[in-house]
Amino acid sequence: MNFLTYLINGISLGSVYAIIALGYTMVYGIAKMLNFAHGDVIMIGCYVVFLVMSGQGLHPVVAVLLSIIICTLLGIAIEKIAYKPLRRATPLAVLITAIGVSYFLQNGALLLFGADTKSFSSVITLPALKLAGGKLTISSTTIVTVLVCIIIMIALTLFIRKTKAGRAMLAVSEDKDAAQLMGVNVNATISLTFAIGSGLAAIAGVLFCSAYPTLTPYTGSMPGIKAFTAAVFGGIGSVPGALIGGILLGIIEILGRAYISSQLSDAIVFAVLIIVLLVKPTGILGKKIHEKV
Amino acid sequence: MAKTTKKLIKKSTGNQLITCGMVAAVYIAVQIMIAAGAMSSLMQGLLVPMCTYSIVAIGLNLCVGYLGELSIGHAGFMCVGAFSGAFCTKLLAGTISNSVLLFVLALLVGTAMAALFGFLVGIPVLRLRGDYLAIVTLAFGEIIKNIINVLYIAKDTDGFHFAISDGNSIRLSEEGVWLINGAKGITKIPHLSSFTAGVILILLFLLVVFNLVHSRSGRAIMAIRDNRIAAESVGINITKFKLMAFTISAAIAGAGGVLYAHNLSTVTATPANFGYNMSIMILVFVVLGGIGSFRGSIIAAVLLTLLPEVLRGLSDYRMLIYSIVLIAVMLFNWAPKCIEFRQKVMARLKKSSGKGEA
Amino acid sequence: MALLEVKNLGISFGGLRAVDGFHISIEKGRLYGLIGPNGAGKTTVFNMLTGVYTPDCGVIRLDGTEITGKKTIDINKAGIARTFQNIRLFKDQSVLDNVKIGLHNEMTYSTLTGILRLPRYRKVEADMNEKAMELLKVFHLDEKAEYLSSNLPYGDQRKLEIARALATNPKLLLLDEPAAGMNPNETKELMETIHFVRDTFDMTVLLIEHDMKLVFGICEELTVLNFGQVLAEGSTSSVLNDPQVIKAYLGE
Repeated sequence: MNFLTYLINGISLGSVYAIIALGYTMVYGIAKMLNFAHGDVIMIGCYVVFLVMSGQGLHPVVAVLLSIIICTLLGIAIEKIAYKPLRRATPLAVLITAIGVSYFLQNGALLLFGADTKSFSSVITLPALKLAGGKLTISSTTIVTVLVCIIIMIALTLFIRKTKAGRAMLAVSEDKDAAQLMGVNVNATISLTFAIGSGLAAIAGVLFCSAYPTLTPYTGSMPGIKAFTAAVFGGIGSVPGALIGGILLGIIEILGRAYISSQLSDAIVFAVLIIVLLVKPTGILGKKIHEKV
Repeated sequence: MAKTTKKLIKKSTGNQLITCGMVAAVYIAVQIMIAAGAMSSLMQGLLVPMCTYSIVAIGLNLCVGYLGELSIGHAGFMCVGAFSGAFCTKLLAGTISNSVLLFVLALLVGTAMAALFGFLVGIPVLRLRGDYLAIVTLAFGEIIKNIINVLYIAKDTDGFHFAISDGNSIRLSEEGVWLINGAKGITKIPHLSSFTAGVILILLFLLVVFNLVHSRSGRAIMAIRDNRIAAESVGINITKFKLMAFTISAAIAGAGGVLYAHNLSTVTATPANFGYNMSIMILVFVVLGGIGSFRGSIIAAVLLTLLPEVLRGLSDYRMLIYSIVLIAVMLFNWAPKCIEFRQKVMARLKKSSGKGEA
Repeated sequence: MALLEVKNLGISFGGLRAVDGFHISIEKGRLYGLIGPNGAGKTTVFNMLTGVYTPDCGVIRLDGTEITGKKTIDINKAGIARTFQNIRLFKDQSVLDNVKIGLHNEMTYSTLTGILRLPRYRKVEADMNEKAMELLKVFHLDEKAEYLSSNLPYGDQRKLEIARALATNPKLLLLDEPAAGMNPNETKELMETIHFVRDTFDMTVLLIEHDMKLVFGICEELTVLNFGQVLAEGSTSSVLNDPQVIKAYLGE
């Protein structure tokens, strides 16, 4: 039964990674850049929920909605101010800027909210599910997390396939210049991508903090980097890839922590990243990119 | 009009002399200030860290500026250098009494170990490009830190004892000593670092990187950065030269780590010492000083270390300022509007100087 | 025996047969042209000859040695150097250094010799400078040796690429549209330079070109590529009068 519990916890953590990984994968697919600050948007979202719930005493649903709105706006602002002017710059410049934004959010939060750890109370207050005569308990957070992840995946897939904006995203990720010539508003599409990714980050943040209820300005960076690992694992640019990569990584992390070493669990996750990039740099579902000579 | 295209390249040798002279001048000035009692002990305490940051920034600049690859795991190589160097010192402190020899040995060991790790990490990492490479160097830095935190090595009359994760499993006899004690790190390291040693190392590594980038191998490294496909087409072995630059860069960071460790009595693999923040801080020095300019790296390292200490009120905002510096420098260099603005200013300056000549 | 002997060369990209059954035979010292409409697969042939792409089938022999499927750097060492359609200079380095990078495998010293500035470093660097200046003189670039290569005018950049390729001391020089973007005067000058290079260095040259004046002016033999296949080959005048070739170029 222990193993089953670990597995379920792994899937739950993996679902969070999958939602965060979506943000990386969509932005990478469309803007061809690693949005290093994505993990820190999560942290900002968590602080919003925390402050609204504990400070204002508002209903969790209101807090979450507010957090989604603020993160979405933050994502759009980051793109407009920091990334958009660099669209024709070298990748090195863009990457350094993204690191700068990440660092800015972390240290801004440090000044605004302080360095002390806030204990985050779960927004999900349903009773836990008991199975097999009470031997197996699944917390409501776990159930909600997995359900939310599934809903988001389905909704996003439908959005990309069925709506005009979604198809514009596909077109821009294939060929920015050609899409522009075909009348796609590239700037608006990129903004939309950042908006969706950041909104999802807010949801992921709430779920993450509900499961691991400690909040500091650095809360976002580790799950962020791990979710990027998940995105690479699944194949960057692919929505189902983010799901598969996220779930697998979550399971690996929890099992590694349980059976190998709790202190080495991060090292194990990063080792996975390195191995994946060595063996199959394009990930499980990724496409190969040819360089034109 | 012809003048704008006639942008001549500065001669390198003069450049090198200026930088070395600058370092030497600062060294002499500091020595005079110390002798005259004009330097607070707080400032004196900053001298070795300043040298450390300069050295690591020189190493990282080789990687970012000349190899053209972003590493955000250089703190990891510093960490390797710091721990292997301090380990060596602890091991030999009983047998070698000459502190200069002891420190030189620690430097050699630390640098060599960092080079080895740079080489081993470089083999897989350098096959990747851009963003992937950056994130893997970050991952590597975290792994190193993680592993050192669960590593226990001790020595007593029975010889060496090793353990991973569980330090309590080691039963030491009475005269036994801990060499690496897990998350507690290495303790009671002899204070072997000095400002003089730091400056000598800076000059040494400046010489190494200057000579390297102005040699056949350096040109090959830059050729790969400028155009990989063209470099291949003229017969340059991409893997070999990338690996060479990365290894040398890691080795220099390792030497910085040795200097850093021997300035502290206890070295631990905490995020504050060798974490992501340290890597970013060094990157800020490199970016602000000018990517590709070793002199700039040193100046930025020194100024940005001094600044928060001089303006005490600023220290809370230090990290925030660093992040803004990163973004602002990139936008200034690359945003179309900024480029336009710069060209306008340049044109105006040229016009006025042209009038002056006429 | 021909210097370059290619038989039945082919490659596909995702189901599209980009080049099929390509063959060519170039005698030593020849100025040979590879022409064809846009998208005919000319640059793809160059990329296979230089190891950028690995062909699916076929044999490439240079001076009797098989080089099919070898890596780019080994092919360069075997004696093929090239220029690129979209110029690929080392743009943050000087004109002189661009050529010196071309000399990378011709004049060598170890990394350590460089770092320690041993006597060999000074000697080889001096030789390199001399050799590189010699090459630059051929292209009238010696006066601009200290310029940043990206600051050269377009025509000079193309010439610098040829100089860099020559520095690797090749047996065969591949030029991918050397006259693209040049004005008639520059093209005329380039034609003279290519002749000069062939005569002084005893070089064999294969070039892709659209400028028919240049093709007619310097190429002794031609191969015409159309839809990835060889449409015609032979002496320049006979090929250009071939009704099939005229049809491919001008349509029905």
